[in-house]
Amino acid sequence: MDAFQYIGKSVVKVDGREKVSGAALFTEDIEFGSDLLYAEVVEGSHAHAMINSIDISEAMKVPEVLSIVTGKDFPYNFGLYMNDRYIFAQDRIRFFGEQIAVVIARTPQAAKKAAQLVRVNYTPLPKVLNPLDAIAAGAEIIHPDLGQYAHVPWFFPEAGTNIAHHRKIRKGEVDKGFEDADYILEDTYEVPRYSHCAIEYHAAVAKYDHSGRLTVWASSQSPNTQRNLFAKALAPLGIRHNDIRVIAPHVGGGFGSKAGVTMEIMAAAIAIKVQGHPVKIMWNREREFYNTYQRLGVVAKLKIGVKKDGTITALKHDLYWDAGAYVEYAANVVNAVGLSAIGPYNIRNVSIDSYCIYTNLPPGGPYRGFGYSEFLFGLESHITRIASHLGIDAVEMRKKNMIKEGDLTAYGAHMNPNGLSEAITKVAKEIQWNKKDRSSDPNLAVGKGFALFWKAPAMPPNASSSCFLKFNEDASINLLVSGVDIGQGFLTVMAQIAAEILTVPTSKIRTENPDTDRNPYEWQTVASHVTWGCGNAVRNAAIDARDQIFSLVSRSKFLPIEDLFLEDEKVKCKTQPSFELRLRDFIIQGIQMGDGTFRGGPIIGRGIFMPEFTSTNADPDTSQGGHPNVHYTVGAAAVTIQIDKQTGRMNILKVVEAVDVGKAINPDLIKGQIIGGLLQGISTVLYEEMKFDHRGKMLNPNFTDYKIPTALDIPDEIVPIIIEVNQPDGPFGARGMGEHPMIPVAPMIANAIEDALGIRIKSMPITAEKLCLEILKTNPKTPQ
Amino acid sequence: MKKISFILNGEKRFIHVEPNEILLDVLRDRMGTKSPKCGCDSGDCGACTVMLNSKTARSCMIFAIETDGQEIVTLEGISKSGLTPLQKIFLEQNVFQCGYCAPGMILSATELLGKNPHPSRYEVQEALAGNLCRCTGYTPIIDAVLELTKKQV
Repeated sequence: MDAFQYIGKSVVKVDGREKVSGAALFTEDIEFGSDLLYAEVVEGSHAHAMINSIDISEAMKVPEVLSIVTGKDFPYNFGLYMNDRYIFAQDRIRFFGEQIAVVIARTPQAAKKAAQLVRVNYTPLPKVLNPLDAIAAGAEIIHPDLGQYAHVPWFFPEAGTNIAHHRKIRKGEVDKGFEDADYILEDTYEVPRYSHCAIEYHAAVAKYDHSGRLTVWASSQSPNTQRNLFAKALAPLGIRHNDIRVIAPHVGGGFGSKAGVTMEIMAAAIAIKVQGHPVKIMWNREREFYNTYQRLGVVAKLKIGVKKDGTITALKHDLYWDAGAYVEYAANVVNAVGLSAIGPYNIRNVSIDSYCIYTNLPPGGPYRGFGYSEFLFGLESHITRIASHLGIDAVEMRKKNMIKEGDLTAYGAHMNPNGLSEAITKVAKEIQWNKKDRSSDPNLAVGKGFALFWKAPAMPPNASSSCFLKFNEDASINLLVSGVDIGQGFLTVMAQIAAEILTVPTSKIRTENPDTDRNPYEWQTVASHVTWGCGNAVRNAAIDARDQIFSLVSRSKFLPIEDLFLEDEKVKCKTQPSFELRLRDFIIQGIQMGDGTFRGGPIIGRGIFMPEFTSTNADPDTSQGGHPNVHYTVGAAAVTIQIDKQTGRMNILKVVEAVDVGKAINPDLIKGQIIGGLLQGISTVLYEEMKFDHRGKMLNPNFTDYKIPTALDIPDEIVPIIIEVNQPDGPFGARGMGEHPMIPVAPMIANAIEDALGIRIKSMPITAEKLCLEILKTNPKTPQ
Repeated sequence: MKKISFILNGEKRFIHVEPNEILLDVLRDRMGTKSPKCGCDSGDCGACTVMLNSKTARSCMIFAIETDGQEIVTLEGISKSGLTPLQKIFLEQNVFQCGYCAPGMILSATELLGKNPHPSRYEVQEALAGNLCRCTGYTPIIDAVLELTKKQV
């Protein structure tokens, strides 16, 4: 039906050749010459302690050490949504491994040696290692200055407590909703912390030159936000935004870990202490685990009331988040979940309390799914449990209650057009939901699980994107945007959007990695919003360029502007079929007139995009009245698993997932997100487990002890399904989907386990060991 | 310091190394070959994979001094005379996402197909199991390897 040339096609990734040839340069691959200095961090060895003194005298004696920087040098705090973070620890440390100082030396060896000689004298403080302890009466207060931290207006910190933010929803009449219910199920679900495990470490190199220019090369999802936060934190030193240049080369995986600002601010700060020299700060695998962001843990208390026919009458969801030592980003995860923890359901009576709680564990932060995986574990487990109690099919129960276009969300806004119903139907059919699979081997149990998901981008209401589109003499294009290709295919999708409008093939379009000096503003590459937000900016830039082209051709060739169109890199005219003008013949040099003069000049498109309908102005006690989210992306997923009853080992026989992407700009890349996201989700259920000791120290910060899947640990069969119910305000109808594939995995597996064994697991992960112990202690279904 | 030499991507190179210098660091920081990456520094992830005497090896686990007189090939060497059929199919099928694991993954798959031109699915999985990838879920990579072997029947 649609006659698109580039949209909807699995064109080859524009950065594909670089990636398969070894040519792609990541931050650590860039050479900085013989003057490069190396930084090594001095880490705290308590989860919570006052710092009495830092003795650097022995460390400074190490040859080739230039400088040692501590919190005294940079007494500034910063943060994305709340300024509760410090570049270096000030008077206290709040998690095990927090940065106290940095040694700068000529060689990495000298820096490491000196870092070990920095002596820190502490007075240990009582520590709080779980969120429920942290809100108990008399709990140690982790941030006595909470009341003084600047924060966005939609956060509600409770000074004098460990509650950094509390998002409340009150909709309808919850008590009455429960009174009207024929059945109420109330239970608690627990989801622990997880690590992103991008294979590339965080890395940052900074140089503060003698003219006062600060350049930072960083593996980052957020170059503009980094520049903004560096500029704000370093403003006391007289550094302005335009003095700072952030360059983001290829990024070796993000998943949220490289969003916002973490270790990069140390590079920016210490460069100022060694003016004139580039200085590099590299993370290692251990620090990737305990000093970037971790996915937050949560204890979720969920109560749902239903009528006998399955209609949900009320939902009460109380979520206690283990947000860690600093919550400048994590508090927005808590906020996002607070707004959306009804799941993709139409529920009249709702009460949600989502608490962001400080603990003395590493800072929580954004992780693919942004809290939705965590709350949906309980919610989608609950829906299946209620359905079985009522004797209703779990898929029918979902269909009955699912949210539809125009229904009200928990905060009272209208739901966007969506293909949830189509997704449910297609997934149920593909997994053969109505067919019970059973194993002939009595030691094996087979079960099926189903789950829905939804997620909205969690962004400030004015998060914006922009694009410059520059033509070259041969009508090739350099597309300047500041979104980041973290593997999802952003560069390619932007090229496809421009290609479609300008009829220039994607092979002639280079989408450039961010450089804040060259490329225009993008808020961040997070929230699954860049296809939508930055895609709109690129579309606007391409339309702007096309308008300039038509205007130029119209006035120089005396053709009516409305008759002009583009085809195969040429301007053509509907009313004069013989007319055609190649873009390459005028796009830079202009068009020559009869008298020898020229018209035109280089065509440069400009596009911006900011959603102008979002607002966080709402009643803080109910969250009613605002429009905090742009839209939701929805879908459904199902799994067939086979369990070895003697070992608890689970084998995923088949997994099906349907996502409503609005419009699939590049189906290959969408399928890639689905397949990759599913395995990341499966991994959080079956393999990954963070261990902390009684001191709050992470015990397994490496791939030997924290297992992520290998090529042998994948499902036997994966069926990705693309649903396309257009997003009216998206580029060609597209909406984001990068995070979503992993969101439904945990409850869908838990539901399948119950189907297979009659055992309900309410805490993650669900490792083979854990399941085996459950099989031993419960009374499983008799072997078939 | 000891002067050693090895054949790197077909070229004889000479270098003075300390006995404790790691091959990965020497290749990246002193030889200019950036395709081997560091992803764990402990032999778990395979991002540092190189071919040492035609067999894949973890360059983060090898002292450079051990490679005196030996032959090393990195992805730069593989790509020297254009993309191989394996690289081409990986490119055409958009199998990689961030691409950080790609150099190691391609070398492991190249080694497999050199030894076993028609591997089973399980053999492909096993050959790639030492290369961690967090983006792709592996399936597109495995599918592309198998498709190539079918083309080359």
